[in-house]
Amino acid sequence: MRSLAERDPGTPAARSDRTVSLQIDGLPVQVPAGTSLLRAAVLAGVSIPKLCATEALAPFGSCRLCLVEVEGKKGFPASCTTPAEEGMRVRTQSDALARLRRGVLELYLTDHPLDCLTCSANGNCELQAVAGTVGLREVRYGTSGQSHQGAAGDDSNPYFAFDPSRCVVCSRCVRACEEQQGSFALTIEGRGFASRVSPGPGGRFLGSECVSCGACVTACPTAALAEKSLVALGQPQRRVATTCGYCGVGCGFEAEVQGERVVRMLPSREAQANLGHACVKGRFAWGYATHPDRITRPMIRARTSDPWREVSWEEAIGHAAAELRRIQAGHGRGSIGAIVSSRCTNEEDWLVQKLVRTAFGNNNVDTCARVCHAPTGYGLGQTLGTSAGTQTFASVEQADVVLLIGANPTDAHPVFASRLKRRLREGARLVVVDPRAIELVRAPHVRADYHLQLRPGTNVAVLTALAHVVVTEGLAATRFVAERCEPGAFEIWREFVARPEHAPEALEPVTGVPAALVRGAARLYATGGNAAIYYGLGVTEHSQGSTAVIAIANLAMATGNVGREGVGVNPLRGQNNVQGSCDMGSFPHELPGYRHVSDAAVRGSFEADWGVRLDPEPGLRIPNMMDAALDGSFRGLYCQGEDPVQSEPDTRHVIEALQAMECVIVQDLFLSETSRWAHVFLPGASFLEKDGTFTNAERRISRVRRVMAPLCGKADWEVTAALSAALGHPMPYRHPSEIMEEIARLTPTFAGVSYAKLDRLGSLQWPCNAAAPEGTPTMHVGGFVRGKGRFLPTAYVPTPERTTPRFPLLLTTGRILSQYNVGAQTRRTENLRFCGEDLLEIHPQDAADRRVADGDLVSLTSRSGEAVLRAHLTERVQPGVVYATFHFPETGANVTTTENSDWATNCPEYKVTAVQVARAAGRSAWQREREAMLRSPAGEAP
Amino acid sequence: MSDVKVLTARWGKKDSHTLASYKADGGYGALEKALSMPQPGIVEEVKISNLRGRGGAGFATGLKWTFLPKDIRPRYLCVNADESEPGTFKDRYIIENDPHMLLEGIAITCYALDIHLAYIYIRGEFPKQAAALEQALAEAREAGIIGKKLMGKDFDLEVHVHRGAGAYICGEESALMESLEGKKGYPRLKPPFPAVVGLWGKPTIINNVETLANVPWIVKHGGAAFAALGTGKSGGTRLFGVSGNVKRPGIYEKPVHYNLKKLIMEDCGGTASGRPVKAVIPGGSSSPVLRGDEIDVSLEFDAIKAAGTMSGSGGVIVMDDSVCMVRVLSRVTKFYAEESCGQCTPCREGTPWMESLCEKIEHGHGVPGDADKLLDMANHIGGFTICALGDAASMPVQSFVKKFKDDFERHIAEHRCPFGEGAWGVSQDSREAVIGGMRA
Ligand SMILES: Cc1cc2nc3c(=O)[nH]c(=O)nc-3n(C[C@H](O)[C@H](O)[C@H](O)COP(=O)(O)O)c2cc1C
Ligand code: SF4
Ligand code: SF4
Ligand code: SF4
Ligand code: FES
Repeated sequence: MRSLAERDPGTPAARSDRTVSLQIDGLPVQVPAGTSLLRAAVLAGVSIPKLCATEALAPFGSCRLCLVEVEGKKGFPASCTTPAEEGMRVRTQSDALARLRRGVLELYLTDHPLDCLTCSANGNCELQAVAGTVGLREVRYGTSGQSHQGAAGDDSNPYFAFDPSRCVVCSRCVRACEEQQGSFALTIEGRGFASRVSPGPGGRFLGSECVSCGACVTACPTAALAEKSLVALGQPQRRVATTCGYCGVGCGFEAEVQGERVVRMLPSREAQANLGHACVKGRFAWGYATHPDRITRPMIRARTSDPWREVSWEEAIGHAAAELRRIQAGHGRGSIGAIVSSRCTNEEDWLVQKLVRTAFGNNNVDTCARVCHAPTGYGLGQTLGTSAGTQTFASVEQADVVLLIGANPTDAHPVFASRLKRRLREGARLVVVDPRAIELVRAPHVRADYHLQLRPGTNVAVLTALAHVVVTEGLAATRFVAERCEPGAFEIWREFVARPEHAPEALEPVTGVPAALVRGAARLYATGGNAAIYYGLGVTEHSQGSTAVIAIANLAMATGNVGREGVGVNPLRGQNNVQGSCDMGSFPHELPGYRHVSDAAVRGSFEADWGVRLDPEPGLRIPNMMDAALDGSFRGLYCQGEDPVQSEPDTRHVIEALQAMECVIVQDLFLSETSRWAHVFLPGASFLEKDGTFTNAERRISRVRRVMAPLCGKADWEVTAALSAALGHPMPYRHPSEIMEEIARLTPTFAGVSYAKLDRLGSLQWPCNAAAPEGTPTMHVGGFVRGKGRFLPTAYVPTPERTTPRFPLLLTTGRILSQYNVGAQTRRTENLRFCGEDLLEIHPQDAADRRVADGDLVSLTSRSGEAVLRAHLTERVQPGVVYATFHFPETGANVTTTENSDWATNCPEYKVTAVQVARAAGRSAWQREREAMLRSPAGEAP
Repeated sequence: MSDVKVLTARWGKKDSHTLASYKADGGYGALEKALSMPQPGIVEEVKISNLRGRGGAGFATGLKWTFLPKDIRPRYLCVNADESEPGTFKDRYIIENDPHMLLEGIAITCYALDIHLAYIYIRGEFPKQAAALEQALAEAREAGIIGKKLMGKDFDLEVHVHRGAGAYICGEESALMESLEGKKGYPRLKPPFPAVVGLWGKPTIINNVETLANVPWIVKHGGAAFAALGTGKSGGTRLFGVSGNVKRPGIYEKPVHYNLKKLIMEDCGGTASGRPVKAVIPGGSSSPVLRGDEIDVSLEFDAIKAAGTMSGSGGVIVMDDSVCMVRVLSRVTKFYAEESCGQCTPCREGTPWMESLCEKIEHGHGVPGDADKLLDMANHIGGFTICALGDAASMPVQSFVKKFKDDFERHIAEHRCPFGEGAWGVSQDSREAVIGGMRA
């Protein structure tokens, strides 16, 4: 249940330009046409008793508590389902109404435990509140009749429990699961008095279709569905508005807190990114923040084979600074560098790149965004002029056709997926381009019109074939192109894609996609109304990742699908602050705001502000740092909130590079795969422990607010500042808001951003400056950021990674809903109950050829290495393709991925590796090595 | 009063259910005629006929048809063959005896309303009738009457038979549509009404079997002739299904305004027991009960409404003075409690309470004030629910308690049933056991 302190107008806002005036209990009120009487009353300051209505859900009219009288109409209409009309005079209180409401309430109470004082909802229960206002004083029917008291509950879900005796059968949970989440996991089983909320035939939430998003729990007006944390701890004392630290959707939450203890995280209704919805990670999986594995004291050691030694902050920082200076003295200014985290705040990312550029005196700074969305930055920058998605999430509500490429939003961006599913249920059409049959290909009440099930690695071929159809069938938006794009570039591109070798028929042998499907999908995209492209890592993590992004932008421009609501090109960002870390200049070649380091004017503005001279030469990217480490020219690394050993491809290569370094400084919440090779460990702070901002996939900057003090005593930005000071470059910020002032001062797209404005408006989408003081929801309206849109030919070059007789299958990788990236957080929560290990999806046919049965341990071998994991037989993957998740370090799935990478950005090719699968006798060599390491003292926390 | 048989003229004939027999009697002639008429002209005839819905509410059929929005396609027709109201047994016999008459009515209606897809939603417990319908449909398809090109005309019509799964609530029109859509049978909020937002969100006309079975006759003989069979704003004849304590129970086709007393005392020969009539439920179990001295009324919709009750679905249940009204009400409340869909609170929580309070009184455990409490409970349900099941459940309670208060008070005072065991007028399942043979 939500907090009773929040105003709940009971029904969603009506979207109408026409207003109607009416009177409620004599109070005049004006509302948009279509507004319910219930909502109109709340807006007039009159609250009407209600139980089945809540703003997030369509009115249902089942509790019959909200009945009112309308002058001139007979009967007692339900105010939640009756729209306001011009001139209506509504009475919400009368003797008759009071009698009716008492009658209904009396019926509820004959079948309710009435143990309010020991109920977890005590003080925050809607039934209690209604009982208070209705003024029922006696339950005449006694409680001797049929009842649900003592009915067995279900606490199978790790995060919430169901108690049918407290259920008032308002169906809010069922409707939340349908309308908000789109999972249709719940139903009311039975009829009449026997009606009971049920998560399907098994009757238990765990193991049902439920994805634990918590929408039903939020919607429940009583304690029938309640968070176990709330049941255990009691009602909160205060609420802190903050932003989720998991994925790039960037959901807004109210942290409900007792003292410094989180009672629960409740998705915020005001937050534009999520509008009151959430997923299992943000809603429930925050327990890692206080997990006993958290490292809260700085530690150092001379050699990585030594045990860790806890030291004071002063000693740790002093030691780190001395080591870095020593290395630079011996091997040059360029021998050290830093990795910026996409998990930390904008302010922290800013400080790390500033540290590198000022204190380190070079540009050796890079971000783990390289492993995901660097091609987005490059591709969209080249064509449209900005390295970011063009729309707001809300834009999808105006889309008529959605083209989803290499993304699996129901698992990776679940809250956006729910919004998308809602739009698809309203009738929008869907094209899925993915080697796997992702859930959206066929979900409850959602079906893709086209599934282009391509061979991994052939995105560019498919996208060019789509463009071929657009151009050769005369479907291009010629006026849009003529007005808004470079004419010469378009002509070259048009000629290129129109070539016969780019016809879907010609490319079918390469892509494996039937030409007719490509043609149908292209026609739908080009002519189906507002068409929007959403894409994910399945596009970027390829040797042609940047080319594919360019092809996507070409397609959108050619069909005029840029620059308004409902269309656009939208990368679905992986981590909470991938967008922000890129915006903050965490690149060896770019200063904040995507401006090249060689630009003297830009450099000058920073030099003036920071009082140092900046290196005009680009620095090293992460893969170059690793290579340089192996040839001895790179020896010191400051790695904040990132675990390259697990997340970078070709694990062995990364480990060898780290082993070659003299000082590896890791700053993190937990010991990690990377910290095994570290010399200094600086404890980090979780998103609950600091102030700052995150920028989500729709360029939305939202506040992160401190809920509890950092367990280690310092927020990450304070640690970076201390290190900088120890290196002789003081950073005297008193609060992250001062860092934001500096960001705004030096970054044109952030010029209008301040904490005060964020507090006032909730969030801001950049560009936010004098021209757009409240931010920019939709980009490229009226013209492209780079001036004219630029088409670029996208020649398909097959990845060097090919199947061979030895490695006959193609491996592609991805994530699942309940785990997050390398799993450092989610593995330390009850989410393990949903998924406890990585799985390899394999087609039954391929499995049969290898005598592999569902659940068998299999070895996955590539030319880089071997991993052992469990096989899951499914037709989601096509024959010849296998799919693995990479959440558990013990799997070492990335041991098998190769060093191939995007030609433009070095983004690793995670999505295509030639492999062989065989039944495994035991663990892989790497897994045995790792276990040996774990047993050695160096691997363990003190 | 005329003795014209609109609906039952062919009942009892050998093979009356076959296409051959139907055609031999001029069947599908009305459809042929309709196909040569302008479509609005057909609707106009139905309006003139004063045909009113036979499903329970008695709503003017022609008027309902005009509620379809002009410009939205597709439109659908749903034929309500769910017939589950206790005491009602007529639609099933139309289907058994003369299914082609229904199909012809459906075809004409669809043509008149520019509908190309019709569903017949038939009660799950009617396997025989469902098979009969399927067979008739097969015959009609074979003969080129239904399917592509309606009787050769450039008009396609498909008709599907959909079997229910045992829920009374699915006879309620909006629950019926939910059920057809594959969802749980929850009645929808109204407005919007089905004619505007119906099946799959499209404009939908929903009519009872008997209602549509009248349409061929109306087209053949003209709306005015049909109107003339009845009176005032109600035209035609109706099927009254009389059950309970009468000498000759069965189905009687009579003008809509036939007198209830005459039907019971003359046509049905009075009570089987020879004892006085104590009570009559005139229009299915949900209609308010009449005392024996109140039955001299016209069954016409508006006239009987003035008498405080309704002729509803035409199911007349007769009880003599040996019957315990508390026990009868107990069974009736049990039915509605069991059949409540459970969506809205007053009905979900209130119907079981009415049932248990009734049972309590029936078994002599009532205390003074319980009868009033029962009445109060009903007053909190009827009129305040999403669908009319709430009304259906509370009208019997209200009328029984008001009209037979004495029966209730005696149970309470004597702590037992004053009528003793076996005081049955209506069996537990009035739908089957009490119904004698069918009589045309
Ligand atoms: C609880 C309930 C049950 C109903 N059951 C039936 C039924 O079994 N058959 C029927 O024709 N109408 C039934 N109705 C009436 C229908 O909702 C609807 O009014 C009728 O099918 C309209 O057709 P008509 O206008 O031809 O009478 C029921 C109504 C309610 C409220
Ligand atoms: S937690 Fe989410 S998915 Fe699960 S039943 Fe509730 S609303 Fe549905
Ligand atoms: S569990 Fe809660 S939300 Fe669901 S029906 Fe019961 S009271 Fe309503
Ligand atoms: S009145 Fe009864 S049957 Fe009708 S919607 Fe409400 S609960 Fe369901
Ligand atoms: S709030 Fe309107 S009926 Fe429940």
